[in-house]
Amino acid sequence: MQLDQIDRRLLNLVQAEVPICPEPYKVLAEKLGITEQEVLDRLARLMQQDVIRRLGGVFDSRKLGYKGTLCAIKVPPERIEEVAEVINSYIGITHNYLREDDYNMWFTILARSPEKVQQILNEIKEKTGIEDIINLPAQRFFKVLVNFQVRDEE
Amino acid sequence: MNLSELDKQIVVELQSGLPLVSRPFAVLAERLGISEEELISRVQAFQQAGIMRRIGAALRHRRVGYTANAMIVWQIPEEKINAVGEQFSQLPEVTHCYQRVSLPQWPYNFYTMVHGHSRDECQKIAEKLAQMAGCNNYRVLYSEAELKKSSMKYFMD
Repeated sequence: MQLDQIDRRLLNLVQAEVPICPEPYKVLAEKLGITEQEVLDRLARLMQQDVIRRLGGVFDSRKLGYKGTLCAIKVPPERIEEVAEVINSYIGITHNYLREDDYNMWFTILARSPEKVQQILNEIKEKTGIEDIINLPAQRFFKVLVNFQVRDEE
Repeated sequence: MNLSELDKQIVVELQSGLPLVSRPFAVLAERLGISEEELISRVQAFQQAGIMRRIGAALRHRRVGYTANAMIVWQIPEEKINAVGEQFSQLPEVTHCYQRVSLPQWPYNFYTMVHGHSRDECQKIAEKLAQMAGCNNYRVLYSEAELKKSSMKYFMD
């Protein structure tokens, strides 16, 4: 991925915060010493290149009344694709990773109630025929960070 | 903060994305049938109430060089959890840090997510954390593949 110095500074700025005012991109442009149009063009390109996955509101799921949890399931290697398809089909399942362990597929669930979370888990068990799922709700949150400093090329 | 139907519609619009035009809030306000000024003041209220952390960009970490991510799972004695949680949270390398329930078949009760530019970097961070916490009951679970990573679509399920 070719990112120039202005792209990197722009990415760090828009990750941190887009100002909530009538002309937010103009404010960003002034910080970077470029035109508003250039900010818009660069953002459009970075989205098109899939460097930026999304630019929008970042909400606190708990304050919106959603319950979240982390789950892991033991999937035989030959069934990974098929099981992932079942799991990924739910809107509330936002993250799903393969990891090196007997519990090899790790996914998060967000839903409006613990009952709804359980219902999704039951459906996954039913559709995949895999019973061995662990459900690990958080008891205490110490840190949740979503910003990543975009470093200079080394 | 209790969310009205209008508020929920605003959440739905904002999560789908801020338009890339000079007056993005004016575009969303028109879709919602309210004024730009009213929308901006509702959005500011969301932020003050903490239901919205910010308007910002989510990046594909792999595309900006963070190619390795590891979930480190720990067995931390109950009485040490507070202290360890506070310690780990201070570190920029630790992006997520949670206490979770443990199960007989999965005895880990504490989780840290670590992002790095290589597995080596993640491994070094794990060793540093272990030393800080004085805890050797841990495992580093590297991600082998990202099967899904998306943003939540609230009020659409």
